[in-house]
Amino acid sequence: MISLIIDGKQVQVEEGKTVLEAAKSIGIDIPTLCHDPRLKPHGSCRICVVEIEGAKSGLTTSCTAPVSEGMNVSTESEKVVNARRDILDLMLANHPLDCMTCQQAGKCTLQDLCYKYDVKESSFKGDKKKFEIDDSNNFYYSDQEKCILCGKCVYVCSELQCTNAINFSERGFDTHIAAPFEEKLETSTCVSCGNCVSVCPVGALVPKSKEKFRYWETKPVRTTCSYCGVGCQMDLLVKYDKVVEVQPAMGPSNEGLLCVKGKFAFNFVNHPDRLKTPLLKKDGEFVEITWDEAYNVIAEKMNSTKENFGPDSIAGLTSARCTNEENYLMQKLMRAVIGTNNADHCARL
Amino acid sequence: MKSIAELEKIQRESLTKVNIRRIKQGKNTIGSEESFNTEDGVRSHVLVCAGTGCTSSKSLEILKKLEKEIEKYNLKDEIKIVKTGCFGFCEAGPIIVVYPEGTFYSHIKVEDVEKITEEHLLNGNIVKDLLFKGSIKEDEIVPINEVDFYKKQKRMALRNCGLINPEDVKEYIALDGYKALAKALSEMTPEEVIEEVKNSGLRGRGGGGFPTGLKWGFTANAVDDEKYVACNADEGDPGAFMDRSILEGDPHSLIEAMAIAGYAVGAELGYVYVRAEYPIAVERLQIAIDQAREIELLGKNIFGTDFNFDMEIRLGAGAFVCGEETALINSIEGKRGMPRPRPPFPANKGIFNKPTLLNNVETYANVPEIILKGAEWFANIGTERSKGTKVFALGGKINNTGLLEVPMGTTLRDVIYEVGGGIPKNKDFKAVQTGGPSGGCIPSDYLDTAIDYDNLIELGSMMGSGGMIVMDEDNCMVDIARFFLDFTVEESCGKCTPCREGTKRMLELLDKITSGEGEMEDIDKLESLANTIKSSSLCGLGQTAPNPVLSTLKYFRHEYEAHVKEKTCPAGNCQDLLTYFITDGCKGCTLCAKACPVNAISGKTKTQHIINTEICIKCGACMEKCPFDAIIKK
Repeated sequence: MISLIIDGKQVQVEEGKTVLEAAKSIGIDIPTLCHDPRLKPHGSCRICVVEIEGAKSGLTTSCTAPVSEGMNVSTESEKVVNARRDILDLMLANHPLDCMTCQQAGKCTLQDLCYKYDVKESSFKGDKKKFEIDDSNNFYYSDQEKCILCGKCVYVCSELQCTNAINFSERGFDTHIAAPFEEKLETSTCVSCGNCVSVCPVGALVPKSKEKFRYWETKPVRTTCSYCGVGCQMDLLVKYDKVVEVQPAMGPSNEGLLCVKGKFAFNFVNHPDRLKTPLLKKDGEFVEITWDEAYNVIAEKMNSTKENFGPDSIAGLTSARCTNEENYLMQKLMRAVIGTNNADHCARL
Repeated sequence: MKSIAELEKIQRESLTKVNIRRIKQGKNTIGSEESFNTEDGVRSHVLVCAGTGCTSSKSLEILKKLEKEIEKYNLKDEIKIVKTGCFGFCEAGPIIVVYPEGTFYSHIKVEDVEKITEEHLLNGNIVKDLLFKGSIKEDEIVPINEVDFYKKQKRMALRNCGLINPEDVKEYIALDGYKALAKALSEMTPEEVIEEVKNSGLRGRGGGGFPTGLKWGFTANAVDDEKYVACNADEGDPGAFMDRSILEGDPHSLIEAMAIAGYAVGAELGYVYVRAEYPIAVERLQIAIDQAREIELLGKNIFGTDFNFDMEIRLGAGAFVCGEETALINSIEGKRGMPRPRPPFPANKGIFNKPTLLNNVETYANVPEIILKGAEWFANIGTERSKGTKVFALGGKINNTGLLEVPMGTTLRDVIYEVGGGIPKNKDFKAVQTGGPSGGCIPSDYLDTAIDYDNLIELGSMMGSGGMIVMDEDNCMVDIARFFLDFTVEESCGKCTPCREGTKRMLELLDKITSGEGEMEDIDKLESLANTIKSSSLCGLGQTAPNPVLSTLKYFRHEYEAHVKEKTCPAGNCQDLLTYFITDGCKGCTLCAKACPVNAISGKTKTQHIINTEICIKCGACMEKCPFDAIIKK
């Protein structure tokens, strides 16, 4: 264990932890924009700088600095706060000031930090980057004018999603995120998983929402994605009992990632055509019945079929949308209750 | 090569072929008591500079013409033409040097070749009017090494540049080449090699000045199944070209040093990262690698030991930031050239996450000398904390533009006035910018500072890769800062916020000030932003980018204030703040009016002309044309 002092408080953490992690462990919140514990630390945004006593050169990014014995860290010293203000000032100087109408408002880290550090407007009046919004993708917009180049989208795409659809293009002030050869996202190798959208701290990557809502109007409802058996954890953002967006949650099987279906294909939930009860065909017409009625019909039919034609006249086919446990139970039902080995799964077809 | 005896044999055979060039130089450090025998029948060596500078002034055509002439007069057996690397004295190029006399011909044109051949090579009379002017001292013709530019120099990293044919490994071997590698492999353990480098006090010549031996030690101590040595030849500082010159003039010294480094740290593969804008350097290095492989100085079981080593070249695609070690490593791996945070340091996790030793070309070039002559010999040169010599690329307002190598501790004054020959047109020295875009400007008060890593940092500048740009009274220091910022804005990789966004805003503030629209608070803003960028940027590029501004603010704040308060440029340089006037020295010759592209000048013949300042675009064409110096700007 390594002991160090952060803002006057003694803290002990394991060797190899970063200053950021050590601070977090004692409830000291160092602001970050580009940090994501799942990614290799890359230290791009510099907002998490801290002052380390005796450090040779300037300030240190807490997200990349490993702790060392006897370290004395100040996370909100005057020097640190001034640097953070300057960095926010610089970001704001190259960012549209349209928070009023920005979809990200309320969930924007840049907004939160400018509020925290009292940066009302930029003190620099100069060039601003100009890009057209790329709306070619069916599920999200990419607005490079709002991008602060934290790089999370790029690294999530390459390190976690392993798609490598986007990267930095050009350099210096002209740097922006692009698909190879500046192709539109729709024609790139992007698989629309939306993991970049989920991690974007500002309004540069936002979902194409069907609803107008503000994040503070929604409440998250933790659930398991129903699209397949992986069991990704997600938060449905719900406004007035209507799902308006999906955010990935840190579940053990998905670690904050989702696929295109989990992230974007949630409109069926509130769709008028959605089946909510079992249907039974009576006199050539489907009519709604209760689940109890439905189970009775299924049980009766199974028993009579088994009696008349033998167990092998029945087959069970399960779905990839079921969980492992459900699939297990299905074959158990076939083998132990019906008495047949006719059990199969759509993934084999 | 199976044994050291083989190397010695090649040296004995080759020495006679280069001896003729050593006589005047008095290079008695070479070899043992090997005599100065020369090749039978050969009476002269004609060295033609084929470095990038001279090549661009047609030195290869000169070389061809010379070959034709030699053939014409049937002198082939008596006179040997040698294509060399850079002599360093680029201002005097294209350069031809004739040995054994050491005759130094400068500014040679293709049409001068006939004269040199006929009069000098055939008849033995030196062509006086083609000589470098400084090689005539008190009516006597002195050899090249006694010319002022070379006299005060101590050439170690550049020891073979302009002396040997870089495309012939045997010439390198003749001058003790690969002997250091032989010594390391046969007489020293890897630990002893590292100890020797540590004791020499050698520090990184690429900019940071980190102790080289320590770096070698870290890489040697890192535990992994594979390690690499790498060379940073992505020389990017504007005006600096020492690494290019070493690659062009003495590529084997790099190969030898990297092999020694490989032995010391336990690596079998070396990468040289060279910028693609150095085609000649790349070509010669490849030739050298091929030759070294051919005689098995690269490959398996070098000198019959169990040490294997080979090298590969990787080309940079023109990004300045790839001179930063972690960006360079990314680029070698095929990734975008952007720096990585440190730690982990390359010594532990470098190329492909393997321990990697990364040094600059000039640093490596010193290594064979250290191994051969010993740490103590090296440590005797230089200052207490900066040992050895340093190569500088001298440019700007200086008479002797070029590359020079002097012991650490030489004063700025000696470099500028003794070696550099002072400022042209007797103008006053104003400042010298060291360390390129990462360095700072040092004013005349500090001309007697002994150049070493620490002194330069103390003055708010740095050694950098050794760029040295001299400025005179006509240089506006605000504009100089603006020039360097313009460079870093272009070259920022775009990864971290302070560098990407901050340098751009600094440049905008400087533009505002130099165009006369600055306010006093802009100067404070500039300074405070500079300090934030310095303290919070990710890599060396961003951390040092504000240096030109901070150092000029420190020493020349009054110039900034003059631009803001009085809306004038004291050096008469910032066009927006200047007005052109015609004084009563005007004779009415009308030349200025004819030269003016916007017809802003009026006046009758033989009467004083007037410039309409509303129309004038301040191009300065009139001033250039005026034969009476009657046009002034202020």
